[in-house]
Amino acid sequence: MAFKAGQNKGRTSRIVDAEGSTAIRFDNVSLRYGTGPDVLQDISFYLDPGSFHFLTGQSGAGKTSLLSLLYLARRPTQGSVQMFGRDVSSAPRDALPALRRRIGVVFQEFRLLDHLSTLDNVALPLRVAGVSEAEIQRHVPELLGWVGLSRHLHATPPTLSGGQKQRVAIARAVINRPDLLVADEPTGSVDDRTATRLMHLFMELNRLGTTVLIATHNEGLVRKFPFERLHLEGGQVSVLPPLAGWAAGDGLFAGGNPLADLEDL
Amino acid sequence: MARFLRSDLPVAADPGNRFLPLLVAAMVFLATLALAGALALQDMTTRWRGSMTGTLTVQVPPVAGESSADTVARVDRVVRLLASLPEVAAAVPVADEQLVQMLQPWLGSDVLIADLPVPRLVDVSLKVEAMAGLDAMLARVRDVAPGALIDDHRVWLARLIALADGIRLLAWATLGLVGTATTAAVVYATRSGLAVHRPHIEVLHLIGATDGYVARQFARRALIHGLIGGAIGTLMAAPALIALLALLAPLEGGLVPVVTPASVHFLGLALLPLLAGGVVMITAYRTVRRQLARML
Repeated sequence: MAFKAGQNKGRTSRIVDAEGSTAIRFDNVSLRYGTGPDVLQDISFYLDPGSFHFLTGQSGAGKTSLLSLLYLARRPTQGSVQMFGRDVSSAPRDALPALRRRIGVVFQEFRLLDHLSTLDNVALPLRVAGVSEAEIQRHVPELLGWVGLSRHLHATPPTLSGGQKQRVAIARAVINRPDLLVADEPTGSVDDRTATRLMHLFMELNRLGTTVLIATHNEGLVRKFPFERLHLEGGQVSVLPPLAGWAAGDGLFAGGNPLADLEDL
Repeated sequence: MARFLRSDLPVAADPGNRFLPLLVAAMVFLATLALAGALALQDMTTRWRGSMTGTLTVQVPPVAGESSADTVARVDRVVRLLASLPEVAAAVPVADEQLVQMLQPWLGSDVLIADLPVPRLVDVSLKVEAMAGLDAMLARVRDVAPGALIDDHRVWLARLIALADGIRLLAWATLGLVGTATTAAVVYATRSGLAVHRPHIEVLHLIGATDGYVARQFARRALIHGLIGGAIGTLMAAPALIALLALLAPLEGGLVPVVTPASVHFLGLALLPLLAGGVVMITAYRTVRRQLARML
């Protein structure tokens, strides 16, 4: 469950769940860049392990900043961020790689390595974790097939369409089954149909235990899926109920692999 | 090899990396010449020192008008006297043929020693490193052979060794300077490479790459470039060294021993390109680690 800013003070929460889920807890977190104003002001919230949330808010509300705290690209100016059973905001620098390997990130602008093939881009999280080349050759093509990119294993990102790049970025984020998936506008450059299908991929991952947080300002998408919204406004966070009226699992996957026909897109 | 070179960062195309082999080649060329000079001079001065200690040369001047048999007899008397002294291990007259050989550069090969007022020489080996009562010895030798001289080589060799030592120091200094310049250039090239790849490195970091993982990518490429440059430098230096040895060869057999290259020296020179590769690799690795430690 999630709750409003300030409500969790003094609460003892289960921060780590079994089976690779993780709870997220922000305590009085502020963030500012240099000497500028606070982008995030004293925000506190708690996300259950294995939960699925949208992160909403106007452009410039601080969604990307909040996400950057979650994927450990920044440390808060004050306050603490807890996940994986520890205060990650004060974790020593050499502890960060191991923590980051448990987080899958889909960046807004994909941030693929243009000189590497699709296969090598998706293999990166495995390579940095020291996974054997044999394992990589077995798993990566399989996942790329699953997101409909079998025919583009050796293509480099500049030769791919926006939607294809997005799927490569998503495949890279999920290849090592992260405990936490953070996605920044992951459906920003695809049509509604593809966006829905990508949402299904995230839901499938969530079903396997991953805690998911998706930043989006696509209201149509938020209305379509029954997930609570972490809403940012004026540097403050609030948790709002789902806009959609149905519950997850209502035959969403009845048609088999929801991404099976993405190759045509 | 392809797997070893596989890199997540396009470091191979870095502008800095393109000039690195060239730079290392030039540096290894200079270092090879400097090291060869230093090693050769070290060897020479050691041998000169060895030949300086524990030996003397006694010059027995000819007396005008005496027969060559008389000269030989006088030299024999000097040799016998010297051999009887307690400090002397051996006293051997220098053969006429050897005298001719030593004079050959100045007088040509058809010299008749007997016809020239050339002093005869006696090589004396001492049981001690240096002779204390040199004057007393000279007085006794002059009783037998008036006008005889004793040369303990000291002054002449000391000057020669001082010169050689100076040149040798210069060679080592050159080697140090070359090493420092190479290291500085590698640091600069690596830093510019890091700046170019900063966005990629951020991505690698965010998906869990350690600093060591990133640094190894730069280090592997640097090693290859260092080894290629080193090999080119050695190949360029080899003909230069061979030419120098050819120029020095005619001097061999003169008054002092000249360069006789030992196999250990060649081994040292052959190790230089490997050393260069190692230095370049370690420098790149440490530069990357230092720079990355400033990122989150």
